[in-house]
Amino acid sequence: MDSIEREVVIDAPVDRVWELVTEAEHLGRWFGDAGAEVDLRPGGAMELRWTEHGASRGRVEAVERPRLFAFRWAPFNDPGGPDPAEGNSTRVEFTLIEQGEGTRLRVVESGFESLATSDDQRRKNLDGNTEGWQVELGELQDYATRVTA
Amino acid sequence: MTAATEHGELFAALSDPTRRQVLDLLAARGEGSASALAAAMPVSRPAVVKHLTVLDRAGLVESRRSGREVLYSVRPEPLESAARWMAALAADWDRRLAALKRLAETP
Repeated sequence: MDSIEREVVIDAPVDRVWELVTEAEHLGRWFGDAGAEVDLRPGGAMELRWTEHGASRGRVEAVERPRLFAFRWAPFNDPGGPDPAEGNSTRVEFTLIEQGEGTRLRVVESGFESLATSDDQRRKNLDGNTEGWQVELGELQDYATRVTA
Repeated sequence: MTAATEHGELFAALSDPTRRQVLDLLAARGEGSASALAAAMPVSRPAVVKHLTVLDRAGLVESRRSGREVLYSVRPEPLESAARWMAALAADWDRRLAALKRLAETP
C-alpha cells in the first residue's frame, strides 16, 4: 500500500532537468544540502548528505536517460548500515516528460509497507494475500477520515 | 527509523483487502465480535480472528471483554498518525522539487 506522488512543471529542457536529477553535484544541493555521490548505473551506490541529519545511503535501480531515474534509499540510516534493499528502504522514481519547451517532472516514492519490523512480521502480515494495496497519500487520508469518522 | 518501522507495520496490515473490510465493518458498527464480523463476510471466523490479530499488532484495533465475547473496535490514532507522517513526507518532496525548479530555471 501507499505511495507518495508529486509533480512539478519546470521551465527548462528535459536534458537540463535530467542533469539536475541525476548528477551528484546537483543532488547534493536540492536533495541533500551537504553534497552527494552517485554511481549512475543500475546497482550503483549513492550517498546523500545533510548538514543536520547526516547521510543516507542509496542504491540506483534504473537509469533510462533522459526519462527515468529510480533508486532505493533508507532516509537517515547510518551510512555504515545495511545496503538499501527491498524491505529496509523505499523506492524513489523520477519520470521526466517533455512538455512544450519545459519538463514535467514526476516523483513517486513507494514501498512504505515493506518497512515493517522484520521479514517474519511482514510475512505474517501479508499472508493470505500478497497483493499490495497501492494507495496514494490522498487515499490514505480519505481512508483515515472515513474509518475514524 | 522508528516512525518508518511503526508505520510500515500499519501499511502492511492495511495491504490486505479483507483486513480493510474488517476495519470498515468495525468503523460502521462501532464494535463487533469475530463471530459477528465473520457472519457479515465471506470468510471463516478463524480467518477473521487471524486478521484481527494482525490489526491489533499494528495498533489499529482494540478489544474489550463483554460476557463470553471479545468486542473489537477501531483505534483511529495510528491511522491519523500515519496520514500525518505521509503528509510530512509529501511536504518534504514539495520543498525539494521547488528547490530543484529554482536551480533548473536559474540561467
